[in-house]
This record gives sequence, structure tokens and C-alpha cells, in this order.
Amino acid sequence: MAEPTVPAALRPLETLGRGSLGVVESLGRFGAFLGQAVGAAVTPPFKLRALVERIHYVGFRSLLIILLTGAFTGMVLGLQIYLTLSRFGSEAFLGPAVALSIIRELGPVLAALMVTGRAGSALTAELGIMRITEQIDALTVMALSPMRYLVVPSILAGVITFPLMTALFDVVGIFGGYLVGVQLLGLSEGTYFGEMQSFVDMRDIMTGFWKSISFGIIVMWVCTYKGFYVSRGAEGVAHATTQAVVLSSVLILVWDYFLGSVLP
Amino acid sequence: MAGSTIHVEGLWKSFGRQAVLRGLDLEVPAGSITVIIGRSGGGKSVLLKHLIGLLRPDAGRIEVGGVDLTGLSGRALDDVRRRFGVVFQGGALFDSMSCRANIAFPLREKTRLSAAEIRARVEASLAQVGLEAVGNKYPEEVSGGMRKRVAIARALVTEPEIVFFDEPTTGLDPVLVNTIHQLILQLHRQLQFTAVMVSHEIPEIFEIADGVAMLHEGRIVEIGPPAAIQGSSHPVVRQFIRGEPEQG
Ligand SMILES: Nc1ncnc2c1ncn2[C@@H]1O[C@H](COP(=O)(O)OP(=O)(O)OP(=O)(O)O)[C@@H](O)[C@H]1O
Ligand SMILES: [Mg+2]
Repeated sequence: MAEPTVPAALRPLETLGRGSLGVVESLGRFGAFLGQAVGAAVTPPFKLRALVERIHYVGFRSLLIILLTGAFTGMVLGLQIYLTLSRFGSEAFLGPAVALSIIRELGPVLAALMVTGRAGSALTAELGIMRITEQIDALTVMALSPMRYLVVPSILAGVITFPLMTALFDVVGIFGGYLVGVQLLGLSEGTYFGEMQSFVDMRDIMTGFWKSISFGIIVMWVCTYKGFYVSRGAEGVAHATTQAVVLSSVLILVWDYFLGSVLP
Repeated sequence: MAGSTIHVEGLWKSFGRQAVLRGLDLEVPAGSITVIIGRSGGGKSVLLKHLIGLLRPDAGRIEVGGVDLTGLSGRALDDVRRRFGVVFQGGALFDSMSCRANIAFPLREKTRLSAAEIRARVEASLAQVGLEAVGNKYPEEVSGGMRKRVAIARALVTEPEIVFFDEPTTGLDPVLVNTIHQLILQLHRQLQFTAVMVSHEIPEIFEIADGVAMLHEGRIVEIGPPAAIQGSSHPVVRQFIRGEPEQG
């Protein structure tokens, strides 16, 4: 196909056009990818074993980092919020302040960021290597859909594990706040938990829950997509992995803001 | 068996501005071993990927096993693929599974055989390729030649009608090249599949091929029985099988 040559003066315009077409095309492919995954997820056969393996891969292997970051986030919050509140003489509200910021915001967001770093990047690299070593093609020509075997289990595992990881993060974080606020700084135990109980309601917990589920979909969608369409060898895998982590992180924060302003 | 299993007509494929296949025609008789030779980068793997439906042609017709692949997708394409076995250039073994699990995988996922039957077939197939001892090792723990043999075993364990080999012997020592060729020949006699094989092993392939096709500049420039190709008067073919450097 010989393409008509463009006069030199119009080259920048051509480049711009080519670039925009590229963006639109990859957005379309990104959307179609999720569409195909949903299609494969709702039609049999279901690959339960692959799903269990993915839950182990995404969830279980991120446990330690969730526990660690959860505990320290809670402790930092306990300390900082205590110091702030004590200026107004309202230390009694430490419990709800810690709990609300963790349950509504920090739990879902930080847990999602941690799982992205721990499991999402590994997932992209794994799929990318499967792509460049033709393992994905091998599945395809065996008439076994790589969507069904590789992508759907990962996305479902995200939907299942992200809320669990978030719940764990929340509990550990609240306990971290308790350690600092009550054990270290001397707030009474009853105040910490009692005020928490009266100010945190189900709506807050549901906000965190919906956030974590949608983060699970976003992260696994981005990470499987980036791995699935890797090209250009080992460098391509490295590039895709970085891109997957950066894009997931940005989308988590953007989507968090959006949900925060829409959800009650 | 008669007639042709694979029938390609006027196949065109370009990547960007590079035309790789330019109106290629190819006939592969049923039950034969047809070997495709040609320069590295000439488009042999691209041709093979069209035959197994991984790439779509820009123009032309591809018929495999009596089914027109062009325009086929989803379920219909999968139905044809169930009759295929494919050995990829790099083996494409699943590296998260042992060699044994790799061979068992297509049986486990594509057939309704019982676990015991699958085990028996996998053991038989490992024995056939002489790898009983390494079945439990992972692909990265075995040598390149062993990996190729596992890939061949995995492609053939479902007893496909049509098998595609992309350079099953490249990079192996001469003894192993002949071992694998004999293995393919022996399995071919047993299972009676139609084989399309890309290979650089000249002159070894002349001993196992029923037909040899030379791919040059995006077309099959000559196809015929090994003897005819070896005695060809076509300058490109002569130069290629003698390994002469290019002139000019
Ligand atoms: N996905 C692709 N995108 C762009 N170009 C491609 C793609 N696949 C193959 N090509 C180009 O097509 C040409 C033929 O490649 P192909 O892999 O078919 O060669 P080959 O004949 O199999 O070579 P070898 O014997 O070295 O394996 C090459 O020039 C390659 O750059
Ligand atoms: Mg090749």
C-alpha cells in the first residue's frame, strides 16, 4: 500500500492526526478488552481452579504488605490526628476520625495501591512473558480462550480480593490508631471505640466497599490488558509493567475522587 | 486419502508498508509432510500464522481441512482449531506447568477422558519422545532439545488431523535434528496427520518431506517432491539450497 506523501509543511499535522488516531484506537481496544472479558465471564465453561489460583496470587500473596501498611497508616493517623485534635481539646473524637478516614478513603485507596504494586505488576509481567513466548497464541490455537483462562480469573479475583484486603487494612489500621491513641497517648479505650461506634455507620462502610470493588476491576483490567498486548520483547514487558502500575495508580486516585463526590 | 487439506490462493499480507506475503498460492496434499523453506525473515512464520488463524490476510483465500478460514471467528474458528496441533518456533510451553502437565493440558481441557486415561496417554507420549525421566521438571529446567520434544508431544497428544511445525529443530545438534525428524516421521506413520513444517534443515528435510515449497519474496516460487527441488533449475532455489551467498 503506497501512501500519498505529505508536503513538508503539513507534517506536524500528519503526526498529530496519527497520534490522535492511535489514542482513539487503543482506547477502543481497551474497552473492547473488558467487553470480551465480561462476555467470557458470564458464559460457561467456568475455570474455577484458575480463579482460586488467582485469588491466591492476588490476595494471599499481598497479605503481609497489607498488614504492614495498614498498621502503620493507622498509627501515623492516630498520632497526627491526636496532635491536631488536642489543640481543640477534642481528643475524644480520635476514634471516629481515624476510622472514617481509613474506612472511607485510605483503606480502599492504599490497599489498592499496595496490591497493584505487589500483584498487579507481577500479573502484567507474567502475561507479557506469556505473550512474547507465544504461550497466549498456543492457548488460542488449542481453541482455549486466553480470555477465559488468564484474564477473567484475574479480574474476578480482583473483585473478590480487593474488598477483603481493604477490610483487613481497615481493621489493622483502626487497631494501629488504637495502639498509638490509647496505649501510647493515654486516651481511654471506651472513648476510642465508643465514639467510633456512634459516628461511623453502614453508609461509610458501603462507600469503602464500592470503592474497593471498583478498584479491583480497574487494577486487574489495566494490568491484564497491558500484559496481554505486550510487544517488542523483554523491553516491552518492562515498559508494560511500569505503564500498568502508573496507569492503575492514577486511575485509582481519579476514580476515588469521582466516587467520593458521587457516593453518599 | 486424496485431495488437498490446505489450499491457499492469492494471499497478501503487509505490516505497515512492508509487504511480507504477495499473492501467495499453496496446496498441501492430505496426509503429506510439506516443508516450507526460505530465507530468514521471508515470511514463513507469518504464513503459518495465517494457516492457524492467528493472523488475518489483507486479501486472498485460505482453506484448511475443507473450511474457509477467511472471515471465520469465535466458535467457528475454534471448531477448526480443535483439529490442529501446533509446534511454535520457540516451543511456547506453559512455564508454570511441569513438562508432564504441559502434555496433559490439552487432554484435560479439550477432551472428556478420565484422569486415568489421560495419565496413560501422557506417559505413552512421554515415552514416545524419550522423556520419561524429565516429566516432572519445568520447561526452564530442561534443555532446548527436550523442550522441543515436549512441544511436539503436546501438539500430537490429541491426535490432530493437521499439524504445523515452525522450525522444530533449529538450534539443535545434528544428532538431535535427525532424532526429531525420525520422531516426526514415525508419529506421522502412526497418526497419518497432514503436516506443514517450516525448516532450515537442508539437506536433512529432503529425507522426510513428501513435498518442499520454496518461499521467496512473498510467493511460493517452486513446489514439488524433494528430488525435483534438489534438481531445480530455478536460480533462487538452486542458490538457496546450496547456501550460496547473494550476488550483487
Ligand atoms: N507482528 C508483526 N508485525 C510487524 N512485522 C512483522 C510481524 N510479524 C512478522 N513481521 C515481519 O514479517 C517478516 C517475516 O517474518 P517471519 O517471522 O515470517 O520470518 P520467517 O520467514 O519465519 O523467518 P525465520 O526463518 O527467521 O523464522 C519479517 O520481516 C518481520 O519483520
Ligand atoms: Mg519463523
